[in-house]
Amino acid sequence: MNPTRDTAGPVTLLVATRKGAWLYHGDAGRRTWQVDGPHFLGHVISHLVLDPRDGRTLLAAARTGHLGPTIFRSTDFGRNWAEAVRPPAFAKAEGGTGRSVDHTFWLTPGHASQPGVWYAGTSPQGLFRSEDGGVNWAPCSAINDDPQYRTWMGTAQDGTPDGPKLHSIVIDPRDPSHMYMAMSGGGVHESFDAGRSFAPLIDGLKVVEGFDVSDATFHDPHCIRLCPANPDRLYQQNHCGLFRLDRPATRWRHIGAGMPAEVGDIGFPMVVHPRDPDTAWVFPMDGTSVWPRTSPGGRPAVFVTRDGGERWQRQDAGLPAEQAWWTVKRQAMTADSQPSVGLYFGTTSGELWASTDEGAHWCCIARHLPDIYAVEVAERGAP
Amino acid sequence: MKVLIPGALRSYTDSAQAEADGTTLAEVVTALDRRYPGIAFRMVDEQGRIRRHIRFFVDGQPVHDLSRPADPQGELVIVQALSGG
Repeated sequence: MNPTRDTAGPVTLLVATRKGAWLYHGDAGRRTWQVDGPHFLGHVISHLVLDPRDGRTLLAAARTGHLGPTIFRSTDFGRNWAEAVRPPAFAKAEGGTGRSVDHTFWLTPGHASQPGVWYAGTSPQGLFRSEDGGVNWAPCSAINDDPQYRTWMGTAQDGTPDGPKLHSIVIDPRDPSHMYMAMSGGGVHESFDAGRSFAPLIDGLKVVEGFDVSDATFHDPHCIRLCPANPDRLYQQNHCGLFRLDRPATRWRHIGAGMPAEVGDIGFPMVVHPRDPDTAWVFPMDGTSVWPRTSPGGRPAVFVTRDGGERWQRQDAGLPAEQAWWTVKRQAMTADSQPSVGLYFGTTSGELWASTDEGAHWCCIARHLPDIYAVEVAERGAP
Repeated sequence: MKVLIPGALRSYTDSAQAEADGTTLAEVVTALDRRYPGIAFRMVDEQGRIRRHIRFFVDGQPVHDLSRPADPQGELVIVQALSGG
């Protein structure tokens, strides 16, 4: 969900998968969906995002099994695509020892007052900025080349199964210089100068037992969201549970204790309500023993809090009651800003699910897609 | 030199064959990119390394070092290694 949206138009779902991208255009009631795709069949699309400032520019983070990473751009809502002139790439190091971008993982449009500015997070961890709508990308040296940050990033062996990554790039809607980002691994970090410098924001978070909680290296934030209705409030789904931070405080508070013990509070996505900062949704997964990364017990469910995380209620009406072993990745669950908020998620088994009543009831709107990596909402620019 | 383009990169060239010259293979790649913008970064990373699933053959011999001199009469075959899934 993009916090800079200020009106609700027709809903289009932007679905990024391991084998390409699809657009699903909803009718006014969000009951029927017209499919447009595949785009980039065979490409791994990690993220597909609308620029809410013009309502028509789409950026897609792409690579294939053989070829290096790139960014595709459309300025007509997906009818035509062109490749970025200079995709995200690390600075060249002497002796061929430098890092190379494996894939761009995360795309965030810049502040509403800065048309053309975008940020990208990559695997391995890197932060990049574009000032021309995603045509040319420059590395942010304060992260990519800083010795302390390189230490906190660890190595590929410290990262997630498909590579360590920088994600959850969040721009404060009140101040384009104030931003957050997260690294898996490497922790949560904050900048007050538009990314020229960052500092860790990890106080109060948990790490795997036995490791030093004060060292950002051992922190694994999965997804961070800022509440549009209260930009001082952040929610975080973390490797070790659910957390909330209310600025100007700097200490995260664990809010996962109210989840059922048999479900736990580990997962990847984190979704916030467009108008109510006390309401948020998560999609828990099985993070026990060897981390199966499936729905707990094969019974998938969304959980919602209406009081900032004190209590959580299960929302599974319409979802499979048993023997459904998929889960939802960190970018694959989102919300629209319609009067009755729509929720959407894509599964690792290629199903696209929707709710038009804030999670009370669910219906499957697409099956048999490839592994879904990201689902975003576009509420402007639909044809 | 003559350059044979694999299927995965023909969206750039619209052809299985191209011509590009340079004193080294790196310069040949740069010349290809001037003519087909974006193609180089899909094959060679920002540190100048041939990507993991791309292979270069010059006159039938595998090549890993792009600083190697390029023969204007030679043939560079770019191959996508079997991988993916």
